[in-house]
Amino acid sequence: MVATHPTTNEIWSWLDEIADPEIPVLSITDLGIVREVEWDDIANEFRVVITPTYSGCPALDAIADEIRRCMREHNVERFRLTTQLAPPWTTDWMSDRAKQRLQEYGIAPPAHSLIQIEAAHPVCPQCGSSDTKLVSRFGSTPCKALYTCSSCLEPFDAFKPH
Amino acid sequence: MPVPVLFEYLLRLGDNCLILSQRLSEWCGHGPVLEEDIALTNVALDLLGHARFWLSYAGEVEDEGRDEDKLAFLRDAGEFRNVLLVEQPNGDYAMTITRQFYFDTWHFHLLKELQASSDLRVSEIAQKAVKEATYHLERSTDWVIRLGDGTDESHARMQRAADDLWQYTGELFETDEVDREMLASGLGVDLEKLQPPWMEHVQKTFAEATLTVPPGKWMQRGGKRGIHTERLGYLLAEMQFLQRAYLGAQW
Repeated sequence: MVATHPTTNEIWSWLDEIADPEIPVLSITDLGIVREVEWDDIANEFRVVITPTYSGCPALDAIADEIRRCMREHNVERFRLTTQLAPPWTTDWMSDRAKQRLQEYGIAPPAHSLIQIEAAHPVCPQCGSSDTKLVSRFGSTPCKALYTCSSCLEPFDAFKPH
Repeated sequence: MPVPVLFEYLLRLGDNCLILSQRLSEWCGHGPVLEEDIALTNVALDLLGHARFWLSYAGEVEDEGRDEDKLAFLRDAGEFRNVLLVEQPNGDYAMTITRQFYFDTWHFHLLKELQASSDLRVSEIAQKAVKEATYHLERSTDWVIRLGDGTDESHARMQRAADDLWQYTGELFETDEVDREMLASGLGVDLEKLQPPWMEHVQKTFAEATLTVPPGKWMQRGGKRGIHTERLGYLLAEMQFLQRAYLGAQW
């Protein structure tokens, strides 16, 4: 009997349904956390590579558990999940669709990571004004900073360019 | 590379991050304003992440069955290799910010250099950590300027903190046998070379903050060799209590 296994595209589409535990409007693939899905002919198993967003991000363990659960749910028993640090994660890997979703969710999406945070001036996700100011370099999670809008006066989270 | 030397080097890198992270975590729920409470604990979280990377690697290199948790929770003060600066108590906000500023300036330059390490794992950890260290440095620099060039009270407190902590900055650049061996192998960095850019940033920032760079030349040392101030013991007592009382306890 010839063993069959799903295609890597299928696996990518399953992983795309796993929400980030802290920003549930984004999937872990939207964020660029999943770096690689490969079939390893020699080991006869799938290799899934993930990378942490921030070094201390406590969500990574939860994400790894979710991936394992998802693979087993689809009857894939032969896989190896590894964490890779380099190249270091950057918000540049975030898809345009993800940035759009963040905006709609009320979190200003990250500008390009090469732009300094002061210069970036995220646009207010509530009213669209670019007259915004930094309140604190850190917000409710390591990946966000706290801003306030000078036009509509609403505070908001902005995803830090990283 | 002889294992004990690399192990020792990795402990130093990891312990600096772990102990400073623990100190910053003491602010959790006590910050002067909510945003600062969140910021300090976020910096602590980044540093804890760095500590995990370094100590996991140290445990693998040692190969005696000690993982990151065993290294963090089951060593006594004399086995810790952090510099004295990071174990100093939080004090007032000026002390916390100044300690962070001295450390961040050094940490940023250290990680920048370590990216070029001949050891792939060291280089990868440095590449990851330097992005966060850059952000930490921007933040602590801002605060030094804001508080130094603030009210009479904040200025006086910042100058006192800058003076009191100055004696712990020399150790950051102190080079011993371990450092020399790691440098010779291409794995480590030349700590003495980090001093001029460190000093340049401190001088520039203090000038803007209307603070005086302390003139003191006499420096405390010993942390890198496991000779600590009595303050580390109290910190460890709190940090390690659970694993000491309930060995192997899982969350």
